[in-house]
Amino acid sequence: MFWDCVWLDGMARSSVVPAYELRDVRKDYGARTVVEVGQLDVEPGEVLAVLGPSGAGKSTLLRMLNFLEPLSSGSIAFEGCKVEVPCPLPLRRRMTMVFQRPILLRRTLRQNVAYGLALRGVHSDETINPLLERLELKGLEQVPSRSLSGGEMQRVALARALVLRPQVLLLDEPTANLDPANVALIERMIRELRGERRMTIVLATHNVHQARRLADRVGLLIEGRFVEVGETDRFFNNPADGRTAAFLGGDMVY
Amino acid sequence: MEALLGAVRLLLAGDPALWDVIGMTVGVSGSALAISTLLGVPAGAGLGLTRFPGKRLATALVYTGMGLPPVVVGLAVYLLLSRAGPMGGLAWLFTPAAMVLAQTVIAFPLVAGLTKAAIESVDPDLRLQVRSLGASSWQEMGAMLEEASLGVVASILAGLGGILSEVGAAMLVGGNIEGQTRVLSTAIVLETRRGDFGLALALGGILLATTFLLNVLGLRLAGRHG
Repeated sequence: MFWDCVWLDGMARSSVVPAYELRDVRKDYGARTVVEVGQLDVEPGEVLAVLGPSGAGKSTLLRMLNFLEPLSSGSIAFEGCKVEVPCPLPLRRRMTMVFQRPILLRRTLRQNVAYGLALRGVHSDETINPLLERLELKGLEQVPSRSLSGGEMQRVALARALVLRPQVLLLDEPTANLDPANVALIERMIRELRGERRMTIVLATHNVHQARRLADRVGLLIEGRFVEVGETDRFFNNPADGRTAAFLGGDMVY
Repeated sequence: MEALLGAVRLLLAGDPALWDVIGMTVGVSGSALAISTLLGVPAGAGLGLTRFPGKRLATALVYTGMGLPPVVVGLAVYLLLSRAGPMGGLAWLFTPAAMVLAQTVIAFPLVAGLTKAAIESVDPDLRLQVRSLGASSWQEMGAMLEEASLGVVASILAGLGGILSEVGAAMLVGGNIEGQTRVLSTAIVLETRRGDFGLALALGGILLATTFLLNVLGLRLAGRHG
C-alpha cells in the first residue's frame, strides 16, 4: 500500500528491509514464459550477480527490477513497498540500468554523460568531471557519440548511469564484447564504487569469472528460473545443484 | 533559365503587386505550415510512440490524408465555410484565413505521417534506456524526436512542398482576388490563362526559388543534429 511508503518522500527505510523482494514473479511473452522467480530478495548494498547463458531471461529480469517492464503475475517490492508499472518517476529515478548494447544520443560525449542530470534539471560539473577522469574519458568530452568506439560507448553508458548516484545500479552484461583492458577498467570501477557508496548492484553476466570477481552473491538463471542462489564462495566451491556445477565447469553448452 | 532571368527582372522592377503576391504566399503557407507543425509533430510522435485503441484507424486516416488531392480539400473547406455551411458564420470564405485552413488540412497529415515514420525508425531501445535514466514520458518523446530530427525536418519540408505548390484549394477557397488572396500558384494559373507565358514562367521561377531557399534553410537547421 502506497500511503505508508516512506520512499515516496525520498527517505530510505531502515536497512533491515531488503532492497527488492520478488514474489512469484512471472513474465510471459505470448505463450512463452521468459522469467519465473518464486522468491528472491536483494539486500541493500550487495552485489548480486545473475549468471546464466544467453537467452536465460537475465535482461528481462533486470528490466523488471528497473520497473520498465510490467509483470505478467506476481509482485516486486522495493524497500518494502509493492511497486506497479508504470512506477512513479521519483522512485524510478533512484535506480538506473546500464544496457548490454548502449545507445547514446546524437550529442557529444559530455552531453550524453550529463543527460540524466539534465532530465532532473541538475547541472553538475563536480560530479561529471571526476567520473570522466576515472573512466578515462577525459579529452573526449566534445567528441560526437557516433564516432566513439565500442569500449568508449560502454564506458559512457556507465558514466551516464553513475553520475546519477543511483541507489540501485542494474548492469546488463556491461563488458560483453569488450577487450580485456576495457573489461578491467569497468570492473575496477564497479569494485571501487561499492566500496565508496552503499549502492545495490545487480549484475547480469554470462561470464563466470566476472561474477566471481565482483559479486557477494551469485544466482544461476537458466530458462528464466533460478537454479541456485548463494554466497559467492559457497556458490563456486560447493554448488548445491548439479546444473550449477555443469555450468561452472563449462560442461553446459551455451 | 529564361524563366529565372524573367523572375529576377520582375523582382528588380519592384512591382508592388508582385511583392503582394509573394508576401501573401509566404504569409498563408507559412501560417499553415506553422500550425501543421505545431499539431502534426506531436500527433505524429504520439502516433509513433503510444498504443491506444483505434491507433490503426488513426494511422490509416493520416496516411490517406497524405494523398488528399488539394482540390478536394478545397471543396470540403469551401462547403464548410460557405454561408450555409457549419462554419459559415466565420465569414472566412475568400479570405486568407480560409486558405490557411485549407492548406493546414493538406499539410497536417504530411507532417504527422512522416514524423510518425521518422520516429518509428529510431531504435526502440533508446527509449527504454532514456527512461531508465529517469526521463518522464514527455522527456522520452523529446529524446526520440531529437534522434529523429532529420526525418522530422523532412516531414515539415514535405508539408511545405505540399502547400506551396498546391493551387486547387487556394483557388477554390481564396478566389485569387488581387491584393487579397492571390498567391504565386494561383497567379501562375491566371497568367497562363491570359496567355502571358513569360510572366507565368517568371512567377514559376520565383516559386521554385522560394521553395529551394526554404528547403536549404530547413536542411541546415536539421544538419546541426544530423
